[in-house]
Amino acid sequence: MIRVAVQHRLGSFDLNAQFESDGRVTALFGRSGSGKTSLVNAIGGLIRPACAHISLDGEILVDTEQRVFVAKHRRRVAYVFQDARLFPHLTVRQNLLYGRWFTPPAKRFGQLAQVVELLGIGHLLQRRPRNLSGGEKQRVAIGRALLASPRLLIMDEPLASLDEARKAEILPYLERLYDETKVPTIYVSHSVLEVARLADTLVVMAEGRVEATGPTADVMARLDLPPFTDLIEAGAVLEAEILKHDDSFGLTVLSLCGSRLWVPRLDRHRVGAKVRVHIRARDVMLSTRPPDRLSALNVLRGTIAEIGPQRGPIRDVRLDCSGQAILARITRRSVESLHLTEGTTVYAVIKAVGLDRQTFGAASRHANGADTTAIPI
Amino acid sequence: MFTLTPEEKTALELSLRVALWATVASLPPGLLIAMVLSRGKFWGKSILNGIVFLPLVLPPVVTGYLLLLLFGQHGPLGAFLADNFGIVFAFRWTGAALACAVMGFPLLVRALQLSIDAIDRGLEDAAGTLGASPGWVFVTVTLPLILPGIIAGTILSFARAMGEFGATITFVSNIPGETQTLPTAIYTFTQVPGGEFAAFRLTAIAVVVSMSALLASEAIGGIVGHRIGVEA
Repeated sequence: MIRVAVQHRLGSFDLNAQFESDGRVTALFGRSGSGKTSLVNAIGGLIRPACAHISLDGEILVDTEQRVFVAKHRRRVAYVFQDARLFPHLTVRQNLLYGRWFTPPAKRFGQLAQVVELLGIGHLLQRRPRNLSGGEKQRVAIGRALLASPRLLIMDEPLASLDEARKAEILPYLERLYDETKVPTIYVSHSVLEVARLADTLVVMAEGRVEATGPTADVMARLDLPPFTDLIEAGAVLEAEILKHDDSFGLTVLSLCGSRLWVPRLDRHRVGAKVRVHIRARDVMLSTRPPDRLSALNVLRGTIAEIGPQRGPIRDVRLDCSGQAILARITRRSVESLHLTEGTTVYAVIKAVGLDRQTFGAASRHANGADTTAIPI
Repeated sequence: MFTLTPEEKTALELSLRVALWATVASLPPGLLIAMVLSRGKFWGKSILNGIVFLPLVLPPVVTGYLLLLLFGQHGPLGAFLADNFGIVFAFRWTGAALACAVMGFPLLVRALQLSIDAIDRGLEDAAGTLGASPGWVFVTVTLPLILPGIIAGTILSFARAMGEFGATITFVSNIPGETQTLPTAIYTFTQVPGGEFAAFRLTAIAVVVSMSALLASEAIGGIVGHRIGVEA
């Protein structure tokens, strides 16, 4: 459980943020300049806030009223920076073991071999950081942070400096990391895709303030959070179960909201596994009658729970499909011509190819998650 | 075969000893001052900066004379050190080393300061979040990263010490076997009739020693630069 309340002034920027989370992966989401990095810097001890109370599992790290300030090297809060920050004078192996050396043996967990295997960096151990690609550097930085046996892992936009291909290369490793280790993580990001795929708890920031906190699916289903609703990737996060893989068409069938969802084949997941699906609002069409003879494979029935405020020609609509929320981004004209109001029964049409591999994450993660196999490393 | 006369040998050995001590002894305080000047924010920083770099702009004779006033037998610091610690600088080789250290100090500090400024502070932050205390961060991250600067500064300061003349001769005079280094010996030979050849031999020795130092620094710098991933 982490509790954070920070007030700090940086030039003309005013940071005034509070949140608490006992999530396994807590995402700090917001645009660039919304104060995310300053907030995690206060948690990690890189800045000394003017007024703050920060505690981790009941232990106070910063309390300006009681004049408590635990130095960064005593917090056991490890950091993965956007720019990796590997030590250029050490080999990959020495980099990985750097933090371990400073951890008392009784508090160490995880072995070099396990972490190396988890991140797929075995072939790099004798190399020096300058000879690594951006993606490799970032994986080594993650391993280095893990091997410091932290109580909390901070990842400050770990993928932001990488191109799309490198991001796609690292995301699966991050998912494995979060599935197989128990270290709570604060994940700073301005990417909806990453947040939808990785985080179980979401803290939305704007202009130095926390706009919303809660389970990822709940926060992402809200229509009143401009940091989200302004983005083209805005959309709902739902949980689905894999029913079967269809080899003849290269598709996978999911059970979602009592209906079937056909998506491009998900090779990495077993039948019966739970996956999270991020359905972008712009990939959803609405129909007031059950559509037929449509190329789209997926039709979900639901009722309109909320119609968001109009923004130009666009309105976002939230549907309730057997308890889970789906967002649809449609024109104001369509809302009027179909006479959509709250309570109307509609059919959401989702294009299967809109659900690419990027939009799937592994099953939900909770601090004490019974539905995921948590292996302490 | 080029063989050294006993006098030449004495002058060369003395020069090397003086330069070595001057360099080694000024490295720790040089590192401290460079850190303070590079990282510190305090009142009087520009004054400290001025004092450190003063020997670079003052005539060496003036520096030597100031040293004589301070560290001479009757100087306040000289008398204090002699009475309490038995350390005497006046007219000893130790005085020559002190003069060389003071003259080389600005060059050493400048080189160190530049390499400290060039360090990515983010690396030190990263080390801190991995559990390294500030002392360990200095030893395991800062020091290895400024190694090229330490080598460059040390060589500069050593070369300066080998060539130091004005401050040395003013402070500790020109005593054969005690304070007569290569430059002062050359000076002495040029002042006596028929001494040109001896002066020329010493000059050749000075050239060889200085050139070797430069080549050695290039070689070491190259190896270190390669190791820490900095293009040297």
